[in-house]
Amino acid sequence: MDEQQQSLLGFMSQQADKLLSQTLEHIGLTFISLFIAVIIGVPLGILIARKRKLSGSVLGIAGILQTIPSIALLGFMIPLLGIGPKPAIVALFLYALLPIIRNTYTGISGVDVIVKEAALAMGMSKWQILKKVELPLAMPVILAGIRTATVINVGVATLASYIAAGGLGEFIFGGISLNNTNMILAGAIPAALLAIIFDFLLSRVQKLNFKKIRTGTSVLPVLMLLLASFYFIPSAYGGKFTAGFTPEFMGRQDGNLGLRSKYGLKVRTIVISDAVMYKAAYEKELDVISGYSTDGRLKAYDLVTLDDDKHIFPPYYAAPIVNESALNQFPELEHTLNILAGIITDSIMRELNYRTDYLHQSPEQVAKDFLESKNLYKAPRNGHDGIVRIGSKIFGEQYILANMYTMLIKGNTNYDVATKTGLGGTKICFDALTNKQIDLYPEYTGTGLLAIIQASPKKVSELTVDKDKTYQYVKTEFEKRYQIKWLTPIGFNNAYALMMRQKQATELRVKTISDLKKYLDRN
Amino acid sequence: MIKADKLSKHFGGIKAVDEISFEVNEGETMVLLGTSGCGKTTTLKMINRLIEPTSGTVFINGKNILNQPAEELRRSIGYVLQNNGLFPHYTVAENIAIVPQLLKWDKARITQRTQELLEKLHLSQDQLHAYPGELSGGQQQRIGLARALIADPPVLLMDEPFGALDNVTRASIHKEFNALDELKKKTIIMVTHDVQEAFELGDRICIMDKGRIIQSGSPAELLFKPANSFIIDFLKEQRLQLEFKTIKLTDVWDQLPTIERKSNTSQISADEGLWTALESFRFASAENLNILNQQSKEIKTVSFDQLMTAFYQYKQHKSHG
Repeated sequence: MDEQQQSLLGFMSQQADKLLSQTLEHIGLTFISLFIAVIIGVPLGILIARKRKLSGSVLGIAGILQTIPSIALLGFMIPLLGIGPKPAIVALFLYALLPIIRNTYTGISGVDVIVKEAALAMGMSKWQILKKVELPLAMPVILAGIRTATVINVGVATLASYIAAGGLGEFIFGGISLNNTNMILAGAIPAALLAIIFDFLLSRVQKLNFKKIRTGTSVLPVLMLLLASFYFIPSAYGGKFTAGFTPEFMGRQDGNLGLRSKYGLKVRTIVISDAVMYKAAYEKELDVISGYSTDGRLKAYDLVTLDDDKHIFPPYYAAPIVNESALNQFPELEHTLNILAGIITDSIMRELNYRTDYLHQSPEQVAKDFLESKNLYKAPRNGHDGIVRIGSKIFGEQYILANMYTMLIKGNTNYDVATKTGLGGTKICFDALTNKQIDLYPEYTGTGLLAIIQASPKKVSELTVDKDKTYQYVKTEFEKRYQIKWLTPIGFNNAYALMMRQKQATELRVKTISDLKKYLDRN
Repeated sequence: MIKADKLSKHFGGIKAVDEISFEVNEGETMVLLGTSGCGKTTTLKMINRLIEPTSGTVFINGKNILNQPAEELRRSIGYVLQNNGLFPHYTVAENIAIVPQLLKWDKARITQRTQELLEKLHLSQDQLHAYPGELSGGQQQRIGLARALIADPPVLLMDEPFGALDNVTRASIHKEFNALDELKKKTIIMVTHDVQEAFELGDRICIMDKGRIIQSGSPAELLFKPANSFIIDFLKEQRLQLEFKTIKLTDVWDQLPTIERKSNTSQISADEGLWTALESFRFASAENLNILNQQSKEIKTVSFDQLMTAFYQYKQHKSHG
C-alpha cells in the first residue's frame, strides 16, 4: 500500500521526466495557437476597426466559436484534421481568436480622433499612422486581449490530451480515470501555475510605460515563438510504429506499466481519448491501441484483439454495485437488478455497443429492444415508493446498462428512477456512490480491484488468473471497506485488450502481445 | 500665395461650404471667423486635404493642391489643432520631431532646429523628455506650435489654436503670437469663433455664415464699413472694445491737441491701439499720457478726455467718409 500513498512531491519527482515533457508540450500548444491567433486576430481586428460594417459579423462568428464547448470543438476537428497536435492547435487558436480580435478592435477604435487627425495632417501615410500611432496607443488594450487568450488557452490545452496532443491533461485525465489524486494534482497544479505566471507576466508588460512597451512589443513575438517551439522538444524522439493509449491505460499496472514490465514492450506512445482512438487506428494514424474487448467499434473498424498470453489484464466482469443502505431502503432492488445476471455475453455486449457507438442508435432504444427480445420488458408502473438513483460512467456500454436497469426497476417495482449518467470516470462515479449521491452503478471487477481497492501488485497477479477469485475478493473488500455490495455479474468480460487493424496484424503475423514485442524488437 | 476658387463641400445634401473664393497674400494672417457650423473648419481642412472638396480648387503658390500627393502637401503645411493633438506616447522631443522624421532629416539638424524653437517659444530644456500628459495646457499648445513650425513650412493652418486655453493663458499667448518672428513671415489661415481673437491676430478677417463668406476685410473695414446688417449684428456686442483695439493712436493723431511735453508722465508709442492707451491711464493713475510718434518724432501729451474726444471725432469722420 505504501506505493499508493506516496506524497505528491514523491510522485512528481518520480515522474519528473514526464512532468517536464508534458509541461513543455503544454506551453508549446498554448503559444503555437496563441501566436497564430495573434497573427490572424490582430490584422482582423484592425480591418474591422476600419470597416465597421464587418465588425458585427466577424465578432459574431468569433463569439459563436467561443461558446462551443471545448470537448465538442475538439471532436469536430477530428474528422477534418485527424488526431494529434493539429486539431488541438486549431481548436485552441479558435478560442484565442475572440479576445484578440475584440480587444484589437476596441483598442484601435479607441484611439483619440484628434491624435489621428494630427498624424494625418503632419503628412503620415495610413501605414505610418497604424504603425506609429494607432498600434502603440492600442497596445495596452491588445495586450489585455492576448492575456485573456493566454489564460483561456492554458486551461483549454489540458483537453488536448484527449486527442493525443499531449500536455498536462495527460496527468489530469489519467488521474481522474485512475482515482489517483497525486496524478491529478501533478497535472493540475503546474497547469494552474502556468496560467498564473503567464497572466502575471503579461500584466506587467501591459503596465509598462510607453517607452518600454515599444521594446516589449518587439520582444513579445520572439518570446512567443520561442515558447511555441517547446512543443517540439519532447517529440524529437520516437519511431514509426505508434501506439495510442487512453490516459487511464497509461498509468495502470494492468495497462502500459504491465506491458512494459511483463512483456518488455517499448513502443512510441501517444495519449488519446478512447472516443477517437478506434477511428484513429482505422485511419492508420495509430497502429496499436488499448481498447475494451466488448467495444462495438471493434466490429465497426475491423480491428482484432491481441491475445494476452502473459495474463496482465485482469478480468473485468461487470456487475451492479449498490450501497447497502439503498438495498435496505428498497427491498425489491437486489432481486430486480439480478434479472440481468448472466444474460449478456461478450458477443451480445459487443453487438449492443456496436449499435450505439457506430449505428448511433440511442442507448434507450438499444436497451429496450434487447429487453423485449428476451421478454424481460414490462411497461412502467409509474410507482411512487421512492426514487432509485442510478449512475453511469461516460461511455456507451454504461449508458445501455443504466437504461436497462431503469426499465427493469420501473417495470417490476413501484420505485421511480433518477439517472445520473455520464459521470466522468471511475473516481467520479465511485465518489458519488460513497457520498450517497447515487445508489448504484455498473462497475467492473478489474476496476474495483486495481483502481478502487488498489491492491498490491502481488495480490493482483495472484487473483487475476481466475475471474471468480477476483469477484469474491472485491465483493468481500467492498463490503468491509465501503458498505457497498457487488450483485451477481451480468456475464460479459469487458477486459482491456490491445488491438490492431486486422489487415496489418495478418501481414505482420502478430496474434499475441508477445508476437508484437518480437516484431518491434526486430525493427 | 493661397487662392481658393469656388470651393464647395457637401455632406449628403448639406452644403457645409458653398462656393467660396478668397486669397491670402504671403506673410498675411487671415482669420476665418464664424459661429460653429458655419463651415470655417471644413474650409480650413480642405486646404491640407484632410477633407477633399466636392468641387472647386485651391492653389498654393500657383500649384493646384489636388495635383500633388496629399502626404507631401501636408508635410509642407504646418497644422495646429485646438486640442493640440500631441501623441501621448511620444516625448515632447519626439512629438516636435515628427515631420522632420518623415522628411528624413539627420539627427543633428533635428536637434539644432528643436533647440532654436525651444528658445523662441520659451520652453525649457527639461520638458523635452516629458510626455505631453505631464505638461500644462499652455505648454502643450506651445509644443503643438513648435511641432507645426519645425520644418519651417511657408503656410500654417490653425484650427481654434487657443480655444482650449483659459482667458489668462490665452491673452499671454496672443501677445507672444504677435511678437514671434517665426510667424511674421508665414502665411497663416486661422479658424476661430472668438471675435476678440480674430481682431487681435488677424490682418484680414473673413466672417462666414452657412457655408458662405459674408464679408472679408481688415478689422477696420469690418467695423466701419460693414457689408450688411449681419456683420453689424455679429460685432454688436463687443463693438466698443473692438474699436478701441482696432484704432491706433496714429489714426487719431490729427485729432489730438498739440501740447508741449510735460515731464513726469509715462510715455507710449503711437503705434499702439487706443485700448493700450486707456489701460495706461488706469494702471498709471496719471492724468496725462505722453504719446511718441515714431515717424514724425513728435510727442503729444493728452488727458483722458482729450483722447476720448479725438476717438469720437475720428469715428464720426470714418462713418461719414
